[in-house]
Amino acid sequence: MRIEGKGRIDRSTWYGFTFDGVHYEGHPGDTVASALLAHDVRMVGRSFKYHRPRGILTAGSAEPNALVTVGSGAHASPNERATMVELTPGLQVTSQNRWPSLGFDVLSVNDLAAPFFGAGFYYKTFMWPKAFWEKVYEPAIRRAAGLGALSGVTDPEECEKGFRFCDVLVIGAGPAGLMAAKLAAEAGADVILADEGTEPGGQLTAEVEEIDGMAAHEWAAKLWAELGAMPNVRLMLRTTVTGAYDQGTYGALERLRGHATGHGPRECFWRIAAKRAVLAAGSLERPVAFRDNDRPGIMTAGAVRAYLNRWGVSPGRNVTVFANNDDAHRTARDLVMAGVKVNAVLDARHDAPKSDDFAVIRGAQVCGSHGRKGLDGITYRTASGETTIMTDCLAVSGGWNPTVHLTCHMGGRPVWRDDILAFVPKPGAIPGMVTAGACNGAFSTAACLAEGVAAAKQAVEDLGLTAPDVTLPEAGTEAGGIFPLWAVPGKGRAWLDFQNDVTVKDVKQAATENYQSVEHMKRYTTQGMATDQGKMSSVAALAILADATGRGIPETGTTTFRPPFSPISIGALGAGSKGSGFAPQRYTTSHAATVARNAPMIEAGLWYRPSYFPQAGETTWRQSCDREVGYVRNAVGISDVTTLGKIDIQGPDAAELLDIVYTGLFSTLKVGKVRYGLMLREDGFVMDDGTTARLGENHYVMTTTTAAAGQVMAHLDFVTQVLRPDLDVSVISVTEQWAQFAVAGPKSRPLLEDLLETTLTAEDWPFMSCGPVTVGGVTGRLFRISFSGEQGWEIAVPARYGASLFDALVARAEAMGGGLYGMEALNVLRIEKGFLTHAELHGRTTAFDLGMGRMISAKKDCIGKVMAAREGLVDPGRAQLVGLKPVGEVQQLVSGAHLFREGAKIEPENDQGYVTSVCYSPTLGHSIGLAFLERGPRRYGEKIRMIDRTKGLETLCEVVNPVFFDPEGARARD
Amino acid sequence: MIELVASTPCQGLLPLEHGPFTLTELTPGSLTALAPFSGQDAALSRALDAAFGLSLPDVGAATAGGSARVIWFGRGQYLLIGPAPVADLANVAAVTDQSDAWAVVRLSGEGADEVLARLVPVDMRPAVFGEGAAIRTYLGHMTVSIARDDDAKGPGYRIMAFRSMAGTLVHEIETAMAAVAARL
Repeated sequence: MRIEGKGRIDRSTWYGFTFDGVHYEGHPGDTVASALLAHDVRMVGRSFKYHRPRGILTAGSAEPNALVTVGSGAHASPNERATMVELTPGLQVTSQNRWPSLGFDVLSVNDLAAPFFGAGFYYKTFMWPKAFWEKVYEPAIRRAAGLGALSGVTDPEECEKGFRFCDVLVIGAGPAGLMAAKLAAEAGADVILADEGTEPGGQLTAEVEEIDGMAAHEWAAKLWAELGAMPNVRLMLRTTVTGAYDQGTYGALERLRGHATGHGPRECFWRIAAKRAVLAAGSLERPVAFRDNDRPGIMTAGAVRAYLNRWGVSPGRNVTVFANNDDAHRTARDLVMAGVKVNAVLDARHDAPKSDDFAVIRGAQVCGSHGRKGLDGITYRTASGETTIMTDCLAVSGGWNPTVHLTCHMGGRPVWRDDILAFVPKPGAIPGMVTAGACNGAFSTAACLAEGVAAAKQAVEDLGLTAPDVTLPEAGTEAGGIFPLWAVPGKGRAWLDFQNDVTVKDVKQAATENYQSVEHMKRYTTQGMATDQGKMSSVAALAILADATGRGIPETGTTTFRPPFSPISIGALGAGSKGSGFAPQRYTTSHAATVARNAPMIEAGLWYRPSYFPQAGETTWRQSCDREVGYVRNAVGISDVTTLGKIDIQGPDAAELLDIVYTGLFSTLKVGKVRYGLMLREDGFVMDDGTTARLGENHYVMTTTTAAAGQVMAHLDFVTQVLRPDLDVSVISVTEQWAQFAVAGPKSRPLLEDLLETTLTAEDWPFMSCGPVTVGGVTGRLFRISFSGEQGWEIAVPARYGASLFDALVARAEAMGGGLYGMEALNVLRIEKGFLTHAELHGRTTAFDLGMGRMISAKKDCIGKVMAAREGLVDPGRAQLVGLKPVGEVQQLVSGAHLFREGAKIEPENDQGYVTSVCYSPTLGHSIGLAFLERGPRRYGEKIRMIDRTKGLETLCEVVNPVFFDPEGARARD
Repeated sequence: MIELVASTPCQGLLPLEHGPFTLTELTPGSLTALAPFSGQDAALSRALDAAFGLSLPDVGAATAGGSARVIWFGRGQYLLIGPAPVADLANVAAVTDQSDAWAVVRLSGEGADEVLARLVPVDMRPAVFGEGAAIRTYLGHMTVSIARDDDAKGPGYRIMAFRSMAGTLVHEIETAMAAVAARL
């Protein structure tokens, strides 16, 4: 219920929202949790495993229970913490893990069967039959146990990612963080102050206390505003720092417009690079385990205070407090001041402080709770026996756990402190990070303020800045008085991990079954394995394990906290990478004209290239491809070959570099000539091939395959920087500078002569020559090279003229009975000639395998030469390149199929090779293929069986020379 | 005689505006990569000074002289922007025409660094990435060169990406411009 005169939200404005279809109203500044509590809605979900009714436990990001789905349809976002979802007008909120409704849930029978469902139940029960686990048990269990469901459709919401940089990152804007930011900012550091809340102050937002004579939350707001006015401070609210990574990098999730409809991204995932960081993450109140301590209406004492003081909501009308420390007495005090009835403070300590305002029962422990779907009473135990009282809200405090999580993200283990019964960060656990305040075990406001200043002082002095004098504000010094109480002994189930339904008994059972290591206990019971990583339960669980195993807490140790601190949506992590955002798209200058001709585009690396150019009346790609092959064989074909890598190599030692990286000699290449080159990796296997032209005495341009352009460039960088830094040579990519087109076919010369308005005589332009040309007044480059076996040329112009030249070439080719050819035709043309691509240069083949062993020049050394000469790599028994043609009834060839002798049994040991490239050759009128076959070149004429077991296909083939068409190469030289 | 028509890398894609941010295509004239031969850095600097009145910049920086600029362009590489190179340069450096290899855009507007903060893993705030700064880095998944390019209205950034990726470049920056503008 709302309490008049309490809270700091705008009560004059009303926001309507629905929960499970029921209309409610709240105010700006409310969370879904505070708005539901204002309407006395206590039960908000069903537990993960036993489907027990659950309510709101906390008022912050550690909430394990109140997980809801927000939004509907494609916008639905499951597993949102009701304590973190800001109320916006028209919000649709739905409970989870219940069917048919929250009030009546069929699978709550699981709870009745609980005696059978304890820790290890699945491991022990569903062992056999083995095949049943995947098919029967696991799907059934997953349906029964669970969280919210994804919408099943693409999320239309956009998120973004970003990078920020600062000198000092302050994590948390409570008293410690605010003071740290103030000192760092006044020292002149570039500061980012991030807080996951919607207003600054941390715990101060929940408390009734004073700092420097002002209400603490006002003090926080004032300092926040002052910091915001400084040019060297950036404030980030609603920003959870989720992980600490190497070299001062932190991940942070900023919630922008929450679930409100509107423009712009919903969330932003930041990577913040900070020279230093101050962790002031505060602490999390831990519950005490007792029988049925998970009933809706039982929540942490600090949360009750927060709802009352910040949101003006009392979670109950008749509240009882159960604690083992002084801090929880504030809850009773604040409730009484607000006019809410407080039954009593049940304090486990026999020396607990007394109060004039409310009853304190010393030495009392709550040992049970009552009510159906919400709390209506509790039973507590004192030396004089058990007493049952009526109450509708129990505020529980078992002390506070410092929020050490980020300090553990790089392997640091927190350190136990007996005096405060809590783990604190290990100093230096994250390089460059200093911890301060409650997360460091300093629980009074005054201590937090002082630690914030001290931590920031250390950080700025590390950076060589001078820390200014900062006067510490006056604040409360009270803290603690804690007494160890983790679980109240007794019968029944006392819950530790609310999110994964783990009880005290489960932990003890783990110890009994010898899962005594804390990591084993975690895996056996699943404690701490839910999305909250056991924030509310880990310390209590290991304290109980310590007790059960007769060890101390420090000896028992902790499990590992890993990033993210709290869940991050995948949409935020993958922001910008949906669909085509996944990788850059590289378009050639002919892209628009190509797409306009309806060519299906295929991706080659990041490039888009045309597969074929369909024409009217053609119904299959083969028809188009065959026609395009015909252009090149009989007339003239045009193809954009810009995507091949082009590398400009200049310098006095350019020739020497090429001699090192290529198997062949390039220092002897004459200016104006082109030579085919084969490049090996250091291990002797083939890396890539291509042609290199000598444009000048000290100037070459190398071409690579499209696929390996980046790899070859990196290789050349490696060679020039690491292997031969002595070479005076410069290497730079010019792939993007030149638009380059292949002009191939018997009519290619007349086409070019017309275009260039010059004659290209065989004497001036023999096969494998190159030189500058002028195209319409523009200086270009012409290469007489062929990847089709026909008379072939490649003409290059600066890319700005690419689209224009493309149009001119196509128009001329079409007028001569030719036209465009795509990748399919290009592939057919090269297979007919036995030319190689990365289907053959697949990283496991050597020059020897390719029949190019003699291309490794004997006159000089080159990278990979020694390794390529290894015995096993020149073994004649190796699979070597051959051609295949079908000779039986079945004419189909399949790449990837394997080769077997006639009569041999089809088993791996009889495998003699494999097929790499196949096509239908319109030139020859049958299918052809390239393959690697053991002792292949000596087996021409032999019959071999091509077997594809995936397709159930067998084709009888003849082994032939891999050069199917024009083996003398006369057509290219023509 | 055939007449070849030139097109720019971002033709039909720019200019664009979102909130205070403007993205335009630049056509800065010639782009020439200069890689000094061994021990010729000083000689290249002198040759540049003689021809254009500017010197070789330091790593991560740019120099300007009249309409000419030279930006640091990677290890042992510089990019001369504006005028065509003079023949002398080829005596001391590898000279490579890159005029058509890059899409060149300019992002400007109050807070344009916030747009780049969505895309670039380098601190682009004007106070940090100061006047005369030039880097090679990533923009989304692309490698780019970014240089400060201020005008009378305030700070701007000249961003260069591979010509073939012009569409992706514009799309990425536009998305970030819209996202940042939505926060204003």
